[in-house]
Amino acid sequence: MPGGTLVQAPCAAPGSRPAAPNIRRVIDREQVLHVARLSRLRLAEQDVEKMAGELSGILEHVDRIGELDLDGVEPTSHVVDLENVMRPDEPRPSWPREQVVAQAPDPEEGAFRVPSPQADAP
Amino acid sequence: MTELLELTVADAAEQIRAGEVERGDYAEAWHERAAADDLNAYLWTPDDGSRMSDDEQPGNDTAGTLNGIPIAIKDLFCTKSVPTTAGSRILEGHRPVYTSTAVRRLQAAGASVLGKTNMDEFAMGSSNENSAYGPVLNPWDRRRVPGGSSGGSAAAVAGGLAPAAIGTDTGGSIRQPAALCGIVGLKPTYGAISRYGMVAFASSLDQCGPLARDVTDAALLLGAMQGPDPCDSTSIGIEGGVAAPSRADLAGLRFGVPKELGEDGMEAGVRQVFEQTLERIRDLGGEVAEATLPHAGHGISAYYVLAPAEASANLARYDGVRYGLRHDAGDLIEMYETTRSAGFGAEVKRRIMLGTYALSSGYYEAYYGQAQKVRTKIAGDFRTAFESVDFVVTPTSPSVAFELGAKTDDPLAMYLNDFFTVPMSLAGIPAISIPAGLAPPDGGGPELPVGFQIAAPAFGEAKLLDAAFALEQGIGFDARPAEGS
Repeated sequence: MPGGTLVQAPCAAPGSRPAAPNIRRVIDREQVLHVARLSRLRLAEQDVEKMAGELSGILEHVDRIGELDLDGVEPTSHVVDLENVMRPDEPRPSWPREQVVAQAPDPEEGAFRVPSPQADAP
Repeated sequence: MTELLELTVADAAEQIRAGEVERGDYAEAWHERAAADDLNAYLWTPDDGSRMSDDEQPGNDTAGTLNGIPIAIKDLFCTKSVPTTAGSRILEGHRPVYTSTAVRRLQAAGASVLGKTNMDEFAMGSSNENSAYGPVLNPWDRRRVPGGSSGGSAAAVAGGLAPAAIGTDTGGSIRQPAALCGIVGLKPTYGAISRYGMVAFASSLDQCGPLARDVTDAALLLGAMQGPDPCDSTSIGIEGGVAAPSRADLAGLRFGVPKELGEDGMEAGVRQVFEQTLERIRDLGGEVAEATLPHAGHGISAYYVLAPAEASANLARYDGVRYGLRHDAGDLIEMYETTRSAGFGAEVKRRIMLGTYALSSGYYEAYYGQAQKVRTKIAGDFRTAFESVDFVVTPTSPSVAFELGAKTDDPLAMYLNDFFTVPMSLAGIPAISIPAGLAPPDGGGPELPVGFQIAAPAFGEAKLLDAAFALEQGIGFDARPAEGS
């Protein structure tokens, strides 16, 4: 697992989880800030450490699946065995534009207005 | 009036059809109850002006199986022109331009929308404490949670604020609140009911289903909602439809108890009611056998990779552009970030972060890839188990309803509530929770409902409902929350 820290967590059933183990956190402050950026979220300063602790606790539990030998097992992305569900390509009216745009925080001339993506560009 | 509220949905629909009960009287009685909600179960109920008239209900077909029945709808279902928030601030005041297929099918069967029910934000939670609009109270004990995420729907039915409700289940969100509130909750096979117009959480797991007073009512709602829908290419429907369950005994049926069930973490009272229910199965002629699901114990781990990963992608759409909340800012990225940070609650942020991390470069194979393989193994475990048993049975939840605030500081402890329900979700198979008895929580306290979960092979709803019906009659659970608990 490149860059990852696989913590071997004890196998735990609900309720039998040991108290917070005194081991290195799976995810640290820098990683939390990186993931928050990827997620388009801003965390308040006091929430960064809390998030690191909570995510680490969850990931320690989740890391148990790393112990399983699953080489050669096909991954399941979907349980229903469906392939290429087709329907006739018939044009039909979409939702009325004015109704859809009316839901937007800042509609303008039948479109969605947003702040300029280049506001900070040099 | 009170007698009307005592009727099951099946009986009320029959009496309305026969002209013994006035459609308008019945609806009025329930609208009064819903408006008097003191459990915070509803986020929206119509005032007289906004109540849809009969003419506006697409069905209004007196032959419909749900003719005249008002039904409580989880606020995750889009309802045209009616506020739909998914329990989130980011969708506060949002009024969709269309109605979800599940709700349209209920309306086509003659039902109407009684109100929109409270829920954990974006269906993420097991206690309803993650709602941006305050927690729902459990009608059995108002200091306790109703379960989640369909907590409003469960509390409304259990508390006599709705004759029946619909919810969604991604990892247990119908079954667990049904168990904690002492009612019936069914998660159908993935693909039984269209997901069109259901606000997406984890698309490969989300499934709509009924919460009802009894198995017959659950079957009635399922029958009305199921079926393929051109708007959801993963919807298949249940071949042959859904008949009213009628089985009187369990002769010739084998019920498998996973040997991995474990004593750890299960409350003594829950264990006792579970054992008593196995005895009841034997009394009814059923056979109780051992089953093995070697990978089910890894279900929570796999689920809390897969569901947040899908959620992190699905919730990317809440960006302050097309609907819902916007926090204005100087540039576009800043606007996205401030909007999302203000609009999402703590648990939703946690899951988006978790999912984004699991999908991020360098971690994808170790988390997402591995979790998908675990999913394959769990689905395989069930397939193997069903070669020798007809059903797999477990308690629905390791505990009875816990106190408000008891688990809010420990996300992982909250996640472990789903220990028994997540494996079926990962396998996509149907599972029902029926009330099996009352038990005190560990450490003492009032007696609270315990749910018994029965899971069947994919699209085995007919057999599942029949068995659940027979067991329901055998158990004869008739306890109700005391007035003003």
